[in-house]
Amino acid sequence: MASVTYEHVWKKFGDFVALHDLNIEIADKEFLVLVGPSGCGKTTALRCLAGLEEVTDGKVYIGDRVVNDIPPKDRDIAMVFQSYALYPHMTVYDNMAFGLKLRKLPKQEIQRRVETAAEILGIEQLLKRRPRELSGGQRQRVAVGRAIVREPQVFLFDEPLSNLDAKLRVQTRSQISKLHQNLATTFIYVTHDQTEAMTMATRIAVMNKGKLQQLDTPQELYDRPANMFVAGFIGSPAMNFFPARIRRDDGAVYVDADEFAVRIPDHKAGVYMPYDGKEVIFGIRPEDIHNPDFAPANINSAPVEAKVDVTELMGNEIFLYLVSGKNNYVARVDPRSRYNIGEQVRLLFNMDNFHIFDPSLDAENPVAIR
Amino acid sequence: MAAPVPQIMKQGRVIPWFYLAPALIVMSFFIVYPFFNTIYLSFMDRNGQLPASTTCRANQPCWGMFENYRHALLDEINLTSPGAAWRTFWTSSFGNMIKWIALMVSGTVIMGLTFAVLAERVRYEALAKAIIFLPMAISFVGAGVIWRFVYNYNTGGAQIGLLNAIRTALGMQPIAWLQTIPINTVMLIIVGIWMWSGFCMTILAAALRNVPEEIIEAARVDGANEFQVFFQIMVPIILPTITVVITTMVINTLKLFDIVYVMTGGNFGTDVIAVRMYREMYINYNTGVGTAVSVVLILLITPFIFLNIRRFLAQEATR
Repeated sequence: MASVTYEHVWKKFGDFVALHDLNIEIADKEFLVLVGPSGCGKTTALRCLAGLEEVTDGKVYIGDRVVNDIPPKDRDIAMVFQSYALYPHMTVYDNMAFGLKLRKLPKQEIQRRVETAAEILGIEQLLKRRPRELSGGQRQRVAVGRAIVREPQVFLFDEPLSNLDAKLRVQTRSQISKLHQNLATTFIYVTHDQTEAMTMATRIAVMNKGKLQQLDTPQELYDRPANMFVAGFIGSPAMNFFPARIRRDDGAVYVDADEFAVRIPDHKAGVYMPYDGKEVIFGIRPEDIHNPDFAPANINSAPVEAKVDVTELMGNEIFLYLVSGKNNYVARVDPRSRYNIGEQVRLLFNMDNFHIFDPSLDAENPVAIR
Repeated sequence: MAAPVPQIMKQGRVIPWFYLAPALIVMSFFIVYPFFNTIYLSFMDRNGQLPASTTCRANQPCWGMFENYRHALLDEINLTSPGAAWRTFWTSSFGNMIKWIALMVSGTVIMGLTFAVLAERVRYEALAKAIIFLPMAISFVGAGVIWRFVYNYNTGGAQIGLLNAIRTALGMQPIAWLQTIPINTVMLIIVGIWMWSGFCMTILAAALRNVPEEIIEAARVDGANEFQVFFQIMVPIILPTITVVITTMVINTLKLFDIVYVMTGGNFGTDVIAVRMYREMYINYNTGVGTAVSVVLILLITPFIFLNIRRFLAQEATR
């Protein structure tokens, strides 16, 4: 068990910067998920920790030890690969025992550990089979088993669920969470799937273009995204964004998006007053847009109008695709709502949960104003 | 859903033979007929006129109709005493064949595997591989001539051979590399290894490339050093390919002719089966013994061809 620290880590492949001054401190026993779109550097970050890539600059620590120049075999880590990377010429037992044999553990100890791991994962009956005789889900469990038996300081997972079908992925997700609780070891998990990140992580590191965007608990990321990238990446369907202006009027502060103007609740208005007259991005999540008939009581609601473009009934909710002037956006509304396509409707924005981003510093990725 | 059976495959038992006929006719004429004729001739005298048993002489050993095989197998061996038989066997074409197979097959496979692994780690991989493969592109006769210069030995005066020039420059005595038993056969085998390592490297490099990178990385994370990764992960995974390379090289070695013929002509105890076959056939004009030697060669090669085909079918089956 150990903490992991990235300290000013850079990784370049020729001119391409894969990691841009990465700083992350991961506490002992934490379940940290690195998430981001493909090519964001999350896998590179994991591989630098595993020792499969050398960092160009900066330091990587496991515990108090700088591991930059330590080969993977001496880092005391175990990794589950996307393809599972099982040794095709070995039985399941030998796959799991391989790392232990290399460490010259006594035979009984190897057997005990393999059998215990197999029992935890429910693969006792597969120990004599070879990888090609296993299903995808079974292979995935063997790969996890191979990591468990090592009893490493840090577990690394590189998109371990991406080759499983949707149903199995949901099951395995909870198994990995449970495993983390039982083993009480540091887990570092790479995925491009924000649902996996939200459901499993104690903290999430959102990355894009080699840079860490935000490092926070799932709830904080969802409630208080630091910038537009994080706001758009976390949550499904994604947050709606509108180009808008801050306007003071009669002592109140409004967000004016031409097609609609909504009033910022007074207790939050102070933050936005200095931005009077400035261009901003207004963001609101689909679940914070309500059908007035079914809107919860006690919310700070602001009415807007839009035209219904498409409706998708999901059973427990309806996705409304709306058009308002040049803006398209999505609302998740109560399933009892009845809407017709092309209909002009009135909706409520829940102004307790809105986000405003300032594009003046970084036009590509405006920073949240708080 | 099964794919519909093409019309061409529903045409009964006759039509397929029709399509096979051209190949079968050509193969029968150039392979099957000569094969059976060779066997027939190996039981006849030097002109293929009378049975081989007629060449037996009174008070001499005679194997009857297998007389040519007696010549093929025992002519090179001194049977006066077990010790003499043992010594002469190891300079006979059969004894040399054992040395060739032992050294050349292991040499080419080990060198090929080493090159395949190392070439992947240098910057000019393609160039390095091309250079190692280059000897395959030279005619074997040309290679023989090149290496005769390397091994050249002059009884007096300047040594123009590379190896002896080096030796004399270092103050050592020159060696008659190609005339001294038993190193001359080893020298010839080195030429063979030089020529065939590139072939082994190419096939083994392709197999190594197919070993998924993640499996190798998994082994490294699991605690394996580079040697353990190589011997415990990579080699077992490409073992089927290594087996095919070994059997192919055994066949190539058994058929070996050019290097020995050009460099020593099979003299000084360096004879091999193919050179002997050629000599009996086209220098001694003894069709009977020549064909008997070639039948022995076929019998030696057959098990390895069988192994190769079985491997091939097994690989096809797993696709």
